[in-house]
Amino acid sequence: MSINRRHFLGGSAALTGAAVLGYPAAAADAIKLGSVLDSSGIFDAYGKPMDMAMRLAVADINNAGGLLGRPIEVVAYDTQSDMALYSQYAQQLTREDQVDVVHGGILSASREAIRQILRKSGTLYFYNVLYEGGVCDRNIFINGVTPAQQVEALVPYAMNKVGARTVYILAADYNYGQITAKWIQKYVGDNGGETVSVDFFPLDVSDFGSTIAKIQSTAPDLVIAPLVGGAHLSFFRQWAAAGMKARIPLASTTLGVGNEHKVLTADEGNGIMVAYNYSQELDTPKNAEFKRKWAAAYGDDTAIHEIAVSNYQGVLTWAAAVREAGSLERDSVVAALETGISVQGPGGTVTVDPRTHHAVLDVHLMEIENQGMTVIDTLPRRQPIDTQAVCDLEANPDDNQQYEIEI
Amino acid sequence: MDFILVIVVEVLYAIGALVLISAGLAVIFGMMRVINLAHGEFMMLGGYATITAVDLGVNVFLAMLVLAPAVVGVLGLVVERLVIRHLYGRLIDTMLATWGLSLLFVGIVTMVFGNTTTGISTPIPGFALGDYQVNGYNFFIVLVAAALLFLMLAVLRSTRSGLIARGTMQHADMAASLGYNPDRIYMLTFACGSALSGLAGAVLAPLVGLVPTSGGAYIAKAFITVIAGGPALIAGLASSAGVFGLINQIFSFAVSPVVGEVALLVAAVVLLRLLPRGITDRLFRESL
Amino acid sequence: MREAGWSRELTGTLVAAACAVGVLPMLVSTYTLTVLVIYGMLGLSLGLVWGFGGILCFGQAAFFGLGAYTYAIAAINIGESTVPMLLAVAIPAGFAALLGAMLFYGRLTDVYLGVITLVVTLILHRFMNATAGSDYVIGNARLGGFNGIPGFQTLNVPGHPASYVWGDSLYYFCAACLLLVYLLVSALLRSSFGRIAVGIRENETRAALMGYDVPARKTVMFTAGAAIAGLAGALFANWAEIVTPRLFSLGQSADIIIWCIVGGLGTRIGPVLGAAGLSYLKFLLGQQGLIHNSVVSGAILVLFVLFLPGGIAPVLANAWRSVTQRRPRRRSPRRRGPRSSLASGDA
Repeated sequence: MSINRRHFLGGSAALTGAAVLGYPAAAADAIKLGSVLDSSGIFDAYGKPMDMAMRLAVADINNAGGLLGRPIEVVAYDTQSDMALYSQYAQQLTREDQVDVVHGGILSASREAIRQILRKSGTLYFYNVLYEGGVCDRNIFINGVTPAQQVEALVPYAMNKVGARTVYILAADYNYGQITAKWIQKYVGDNGGETVSVDFFPLDVSDFGSTIAKIQSTAPDLVIAPLVGGAHLSFFRQWAAAGMKARIPLASTTLGVGNEHKVLTADEGNGIMVAYNYSQELDTPKNAEFKRKWAAAYGDDTAIHEIAVSNYQGVLTWAAAVREAGSLERDSVVAALETGISVQGPGGTVTVDPRTHHAVLDVHLMEIENQGMTVIDTLPRRQPIDTQAVCDLEANPDDNQQYEIEI
Repeated sequence: MDFILVIVVEVLYAIGALVLISAGLAVIFGMMRVINLAHGEFMMLGGYATITAVDLGVNVFLAMLVLAPAVVGVLGLVVERLVIRHLYGRLIDTMLATWGLSLLFVGIVTMVFGNTTTGISTPIPGFALGDYQVNGYNFFIVLVAAALLFLMLAVLRSTRSGLIARGTMQHADMAASLGYNPDRIYMLTFACGSALSGLAGAVLAPLVGLVPTSGGAYIAKAFITVIAGGPALIAGLASSAGVFGLINQIFSFAVSPVVGEVALLVAAVVLLRLLPRGITDRLFRESL
Repeated sequence: MREAGWSRELTGTLVAAACAVGVLPMLVSTYTLTVLVIYGMLGLSLGLVWGFGGILCFGQAAFFGLGAYTYAIAAINIGESTVPMLLAVAIPAGFAALLGAMLFYGRLTDVYLGVITLVVTLILHRFMNATAGSDYVIGNARLGGFNGIPGFQTLNVPGHPASYVWGDSLYYFCAACLLLVYLLVSALLRSSFGRIAVGIRENETRAALMGYDVPARKTVMFTAGAAIAGLAGALFANWAEIVTPRLFSLGQSADIIIWCIVGGLGTRIGPVLGAAGLSYLKFLLGQQGLIHNSVVSGAILVLFVLFLPGGIAPVLANAWRSVTQRRPRRRSPRRRGPRSSLASGDA
């Protein structure tokens, strides 16, 4: 009795969800892809396009006949930017829905909230977001760029371009910002420069007046700003409003990940140097095709951003591995992924690095121009060297932690 | 020397911003004893009204100084009629109802405008102060805040309607027996307070950008300022904004903006412990 | 007479609780139920302080977060869960005792009290958010800033660090804790201390004139609430297996207050039901994409304040009474109903 009732409730909830989201009720033998993303709440600027990208990838695969001859059914939950809901829905996905794979998580805190749950239940997990690096766990695959991949490319380019010797760093005060700031300091030193100061700002700081004055009192040649989120966006506004743009050039490792450069006016954003795996202005056939499909599905393609593309590429990678393995069983899919599988995505070729379960991918140097990101140069096949320095899953397959990389 | 000038500018700006943030609440809470937790959302709506108007081609100053207060004032009127008027005298219930309203507004604005940060650029260019570049918009904020204080003082002290409003807040029955309609006066006062919140949100929007949850950043600061100010409306507002703005910026410059924020909060706790009914309970008692 | 009432209430509570604990897992997964139970306990903690002590605390989340962080930090350093659990109750209680003494001996009341508790919560939130650097370490535990602290020892059988209490057992453990706390709260409210506390809520000046030490009694009440919130925080840390500064956020404090008002202030069961019900609603709303969930919770709050300011519990209690007592044999002596501590019945 009890079991019937629970299944009935679970089933009806899933059906309601499917109906609401406009998806046809899937056949009984559908492959279940679980997704947990913040589609509402303060992080939905990241989460919503990620959700759209995931559904686009699944629709692509289903239109091409599905996977192993079976359709994919999406089981998606909106975590409402609430970390507690992540663990709740992860339990739901593994116990009630018994999905075959989970894609999702945005902030590092959300990933750490569900990583162990998925590991314990043996559910394969894809985290498709740019992050601070260092996670070493055989159950997880990560395809976002890590600080070393980005910073290694961005710092020499920015320093050469403006002839900088002294650099001022403004970073978001959490895991990602702290670690990225250390990598920036290292590469500034390697390129013969000097870091004059590093300031950290919690994510809710939005008043940078005193900081802008302080920066001027040290008069650096370049400011690098891995600042994150809506509140920190005001730094770029206030910087422009004080007339600083003409005086000291800016570079960032985060501006644009959630399409922030489209929120700034052209005057505020122009000339800021960034480096990512994806830009809407990337001139490749794959990207043109992707943008066309997106526009066909959602009306226009303005919502596409870096981590939406990562999520799309994550689903493609998983699908490629399932085809290769010919099975959905976790260990065979992991084994297939560990052969160093590659997919062609909108951002270029993405290859799984078997040792770290991170990705080898192209990094594009870009400059913000008229609310777009103009590609200046492409550095192909960058290795995740930060995580590679601490993590070797081929030697230690049972490793399960997030390393803090000593630089 | 230039650096000290920059610090003075930033301190004035911080004080001006606190006055703006708190003025609407000072009217609604200070005069009417309605704990308006939707205050931050009124500000947020003022910001969205401005941005929408500017996108439609309205002059930015017109949008900030006239349109946004008008829109939010009308909204305040509706809110007062539908919800608040049933709750006068029930302090806690006004708080909970306006909390609900704040959630409601956040949800609705999110559904309409989405959750991406939006904003407009500041309409005033930066300028040089010796070797330093300063955000010219800071001066505009200081100016608006000062004008606002004088205007409030003038209205409350020298106009007939200001006098009637003050009288009604003190003794509604007496005002009623003198032939005034307290219900109407409450309604209009609430609308004025809302309009002030809308103005503040509009004026600050170009500086910090907007998301539907922006209001949450202001509400705590506004309450602390108003409550630490104490019973005198304008003197309290000015004095507590002065104290907190100064402390905030000194610590921001000396250490970091975070420490500045924490220093402000600690100062509030100490101040309220020493002067449990606010600054103007002991000092400037006879002022407005 | 009162003794008989107590034992009848005790039996009633135990039977009702046993039924609820047994039946609910058939409807909702135990994992979700666990957090509903924990939130119920958090609701109860504010229900006690606010509903019976008359102390409007905007910062109940501070004690919840403090309990969770204390547990996480102690568990990392000690590696066994018994002492951390005790610390997670003791430290928030100690903090509340200090803060409460400062506030109540300073004669701060109503709104001013609310603002100070709010500010203290904000300070903790800001501080925890700013601890991402490697300098912020307590023993072996990195505070971790915005990302929080993951990967600590979770609840184990006392003395056996390898036998974890998790899954269904964690649910039953939390439910037992809630029941125990509920009974302790009931006993406290029945004691002379509890009745005087309600007297202070109704008229502080009169209580003071009758010679009761009002600040001391309020401080004790405040401390008891914080201890319960701390326990809830520790259980939450065990459930989520990660603690983040969000626990201290204004939103969390807001939720607790909403739970109490929707459930029914001045009742014991109301805040528990309000917390569990609204949290479950939030969980369900995340599974649909049509309407933004804060629209729903906002509307609920406004409608409750306007049309049902006493909350749900008194309504349920009345319904229960009209079902069980078809013929009113005697007029209830407690007609003034919703504010009285017994109006909530035995549910």
